[in-house]
Amino acid sequence: MGAREGEGAPRGTRPAASLWRPGPFAHAERPRVRRVAAFGGIYSNHLALEAAIADARDRGADLLLCLGDLGAFGPSPDRTAETLRAAEIPVVRGNYDDSIARGLDDCQCGYTDPKDNHYARISYDYTLAKTSSEHREWMGGFPGELRFRLGALEVLAVHGSPRRMNEFLWETTTPTHFLGGMIRQAGADVLLGTHTGIHWSRQVGSGAWYVNAGALGRPPNDGNPEVWYAMLEEEGGELKHEFVPVSYAVDDLADEMADEGLPEEFIETIRTGWWTTCLEVLPGKERSRGRY
Amino acid sequence: MARVDLDVLDPPPGGWRAGEGKAREAAGSGEISPAPVPTVPLEALDELWFQVSGTVCNLRCNHCFISCAPDNHSFWFMTREQVREALDDSVELAVKAYYFTGGEPFMNREMEGILADTLALGPATVLTNATLMPRRRARALARLAADSLYTLEMRVSLDGVTREMNDAIRGEGAFDRCIEGTAHLVEAGFLPILTCMRSWPESETDRYLADFRELLAGLGYHQPRIKILPPLLMGEEAKRTRGYEETERITHEMLHGFDLGNLLCRRARLVTARGVQACPILLEAPSARMGDTLAEAASKPVPLAESACFTCYLSGAICSNTGSTTGADR
Ligand code: SF4
Ligand code: SF4
Ligand SMILES: [Fe+2]
Repeated sequence: MGAREGEGAPRGTRPAASLWRPGPFAHAERPRVRRVAAFGGIYSNHLALEAAIADARDRGADLLLCLGDLGAFGPSPDRTAETLRAAEIPVVRGNYDDSIARGLDDCQCGYTDPKDNHYARISYDYTLAKTSSEHREWMGGFPGELRFRLGALEVLAVHGSPRRMNEFLWETTTPTHFLGGMIRQAGADVLLGTHTGIHWSRQVGSGAWYVNAGALGRPPNDGNPEVWYAMLEEEGGELKHEFVPVSYAVDDLADEMADEGLPEEFIETIRTGWWTTCLEVLPGKERSRGRY
Repeated sequence: MARVDLDVLDPPPGGWRAGEGKAREAAGSGEISPAPVPTVPLEALDELWFQVSGTVCNLRCNHCFISCAPDNHSFWFMTREQVREALDDSVELAVKAYYFTGGEPFMNREMEGILADTLALGPATVLTNATLMPRRRARALARLAADSLYTLEMRVSLDGVTREMNDAIRGEGAFDRCIEGTAHLVEAGFLPILTCMRSWPESETDRYLADFRELLAGLGYHQPRIKILPPLLMGEEAKRTRGYEETERITHEMLHGFDLGNLLCRRARLVTARGVQACPILLEAPSARMGDTLAEAASKPVPLAESACFTCYLSGAICSNTGSTTGADR
């Protein structure tokens, strides 16, 4: 990986307003950053989002990025949209955002289990009804993927996978050779995604990495209410990354959810850290680490 | 803060792939050949299936869609070496998941070694009747899973919530042995996926699901995974109920606006002891024989020539771990 220092965008300016325009638009030179905080699905957990933004800035991130799925699960989706817009955080299109923007029938999570579908329907109908048309229009402009340079590394940020917005890439069902092929084909060094809700990462050959940022919206089925994001930087041509736990006002969120009439099962997940719904898609290994 | 102008890519040549609705367009845009029988090119080899015990099974179920039995030797066991060769090829083809079926996979004496080879590369799912699952084997399998990065899924076929209901289909004694084997798997730490062919009206599915959960809870299985499959009108099942009607075939017209991603042959192939087939449903159909090697089989489109294709069309990807779970037709 040859360092190409000295190139790239001038420093010291705010993220361009053009980020909010619908893509595609191309630049001859990739934008270059040093330290990236990647947020996975927010699922309307605006309190965790605010806490994560403050934390990531404290840690010196020069790019905050959201990998999509702003809605679902939590209360008052407009709050999440307002927070992201105020912080000028670029967002990659998630399946939820795509559905809400286009007013589709469902969230495209691909559940077939009747119980999963029951809960998915409740949160989707709620989120669709409670998202303002202005925010829906804004979501319609999210790009399917974003590319940037992290030091000398080429990063491709997607929601599910480069080939499919709603592809699940779980740690225990994603072969290293499969990831390697995907990353090579994308011409990237680092592939960054979310959609599963559980953070993990793997080196897939010399210098290449897949990083799943997990989700800010709900804890990773580990019996702990903290939520997680990923911090990435380059050092000596190599990726350095860590997953950062975020504590936030869990009780306040739970109260808001109860006030909005959201299901007790969702509130339980927020409070306990155990997933109670949408379990069908979990592979056996991930599921057996949880309670349900 | 650094100036951050993230650039946004155009769609890749040929557009986004299935799942974003583009397969629908592909169906109407000439990717489906105008031959008498519609054909489906492989999109990606996500699932590699192995007919690992051929057509040999210790049971003789009266709904078995490929009529497996102890004395059905039309397809023989695959050797560990044969599986290993296909596993080697699978890396280049970017396979995402490995599935093992039969017959009864554990009739194959090399099965544990085959799974060890597979789990070094990716996730494995075994479709088993769990009647050959002593405690010792369940523990050995759990060790294989624990040693791997990847998940090992046990998909257990059980066709009734009672001895009477199950054994009427699967033969006398099958229920008790399956329940015992399932209990061993649960005890060893697996969360087996119970798979049941729907033999009741769709309206009664909720009741049967509740009964299944209760049955499994009795085994100490409290995170039950249950998958109800629609019946396939082939093999013994065709004799038991009815075969397909001549009109139950896929036509070009039917593919307009249809997401091809619902067909397993769009993203899978089946390796047998003698050659590669389009999918695990069409083990014996000559029209579904795709070649001797995986690379050859992956390069050819599949003709949707069989009436079983009609069930795929109606029911979607019933063979994968997270396909239909209620056995409902769409
Ligand atoms: S349905 Fe399964 S268990 Fe029954 S005979 Fe066929 S292969 Fe064997
Ligand atoms: S049976 Fe289904 S998966 Fe097999 S070739 Fe026909 S359509 Fe494809
Ligand atoms: Fe998602």
